[in-house]
Amino acid sequence: MMRWLERHVPKLVLAPSFIAVLIFVYGFIAWTAWVSLTRSRLLPRYEIEGLIQYERLFDSPRWDTAITNLYIFGALFILVSMAIGLLLAILLDQHIRAEGVLRTIYLYPMALSFIVTGTAWKWVLNPGLGIEAVMRSWGFETFEFDWLVDPDLAIYTVVIAGVWQSSGFVMALFLAGLRSVDTEIIRAAQVDGIPTPRIYTAIIIPSMAPIFLSAFIVLSHLAIKSFDLVIALTGGGPGYATDLPATYMYAMAFSRGDIGQAASSAMIMMSVVFAIVVPYLYSELRGKHD
Amino acid sequence: MTDIAAPTPAAAAPRTRHRRPRFGRIALRWLLFAALGLFALYYLMPLFVMVTTSLKSLDEIRGGSLVALPQEVTFDAWRTAWASACTGISCEGLRPYFWNSVAMVIPAVGISLIIGAINGYVIAQWRFRGAHLIFSLMLFGCFIPFQVVLLPMARTLGILNLAGSIEGLVFVHVIYGIGFTTLFFRNYYVTIPQELVKAAKVDGAGFFRIFWSIFLPLSLPTVVVTVIWQFTQIWNDFLFGVSFSQAGTQPITVALNNIVNSTTGVKEYNVDMAAAIIAALPTLLVYVVAGKYFIRGLTAGSVKG
Repeated sequence: MMRWLERHVPKLVLAPSFIAVLIFVYGFIAWTAWVSLTRSRLLPRYEIEGLIQYERLFDSPRWDTAITNLYIFGALFILVSMAIGLLLAILLDQHIRAEGVLRTIYLYPMALSFIVTGTAWKWVLNPGLGIEAVMRSWGFETFEFDWLVDPDLAIYTVVIAGVWQSSGFVMALFLAGLRSVDTEIIRAAQVDGIPTPRIYTAIIIPSMAPIFLSAFIVLSHLAIKSFDLVIALTGGGPGYATDLPATYMYAMAFSRGDIGQAASSAMIMMSVVFAIVVPYLYSELRGKHD
Repeated sequence: MTDIAAPTPAAAAPRTRHRRPRFGRIALRWLLFAALGLFALYYLMPLFVMVTTSLKSLDEIRGGSLVALPQEVTFDAWRTAWASACTGISCEGLRPYFWNSVAMVIPAVGISLIIGAINGYVIAQWRFRGAHLIFSLMLFGCFIPFQVVLLPMARTLGILNLAGSIEGLVFVHVIYGIGFTTLFFRNYYVTIPQELVKAAKVDGAGFFRIFWSIFLPLSLPTVVVTVIWQFTQIWNDFLFGVSFSQAGTQPITVALNNIVNSTTGVKEYNVDMAAAIIAALPTLLVYVVAGKYFIRGLTAGSVKG
């Protein structure tokens, strides 16, 4: 008995976590998937009715807005964060004396919660008192910047705040990537007289492909989950103009009492995340199998 | 997955720069600094605006400019934000919610640290059939959008009698922290040679003994990274907080959102800004004090959003 116990201690130690993950991750996903196939409203019901919730979802103009917003927000958020992150990383890579200070400044938003970020930008973007008012007081009387309250443009303010929060992180990733490129190759290129911009575009950046991929994965994952930022910045409004799937799900689950809709929208979110993350993780984990 | 946690920038060898004519080089240098400076302004602007606004009176905010320095510095807004601002119906400021967050974050970080250390130790050093699959399943679990577990978790917390309590939030954070804390420790412990374990076993040391006297003493760097990571994640969490807490047990992020978005009464922007800074201070402090580890955690956990 003791021998048996001793031999299996590692497994026994790991077991509680494994069981917890099985139940609270995979079991819960199964529960949500199940409920998404029922007519659950305020309380869950367990008679499977087929895909009615998904049909309702795709018929809903609010969900339509949420998905369109996710496209706009996701695409811009990822592209702009990556572009700024790469630019900053390259600029910082030029042997800057104040590099440490600048890096600290670029990255600190990452330490803040999205609620704080949203609160700060809500204030800065406030048409009556924020940037618009500042520009007008500087003499640009007709300057207009009221995206925050414009249903067509409000989603772009979410992009602004999101990029502000996350681009420093991308910079940190890229900077680490730039610095890990083999210096021998770079020196050889310099000896050959290849100009610095070409060294970047032809040698350094292509060798960073894996880092681009992980930055993309992280950012897209962030974009799909984005909930707090929207809540704090626009509250999903004006109307539901800045709804994202995450805020749609929350509204259905906790204020509209429509559990079926909440479950089906959560399942769609999860499918999107998994479509992006699973192949990536699979290749990562397989590569590391030793 | 460690290769995402690429080496620290400082470790890189210096790169010799391409030679240019002197004038062009100086001009480029200026351009470079101008660009970097502009970006620094962009990142600092919201913080600057938050701090200055929190120190102004409401009259000064309405009459003055967003970017102006306060003419008369007053800490009234800070006092209000801390002790008497209203979140919906109750007007106790952020203070009770700040302590809610503290009461939530300390046990949650402590427990998930222990779980991560022991799990990482097993997966890295006591490999058995299926261990890799278990690790993969745990990792995949980190990536789910939490929306997909919100509803069943709400019901489970009800069944466990933890609904609306700080203990319930601790429980949720510990559960969904398992994947990442395990990843951190596992990645660190694989770098420790297995011969060490074998030698210790020959000497008659058991599973826990080896962990306690060999691995744990070596773990400080990972412990720091894990603590910072979990602390930041849990302190900044909003989704779980808003879904699973009730009046009185809300964490500070939820209270801040309620203060800022409360529709009753005059909008006190200075109080909003002071409240936002108070909510941000603990994580900002961690970032400033232990920035190196913060960044290491970010990049090592860059598989998490």
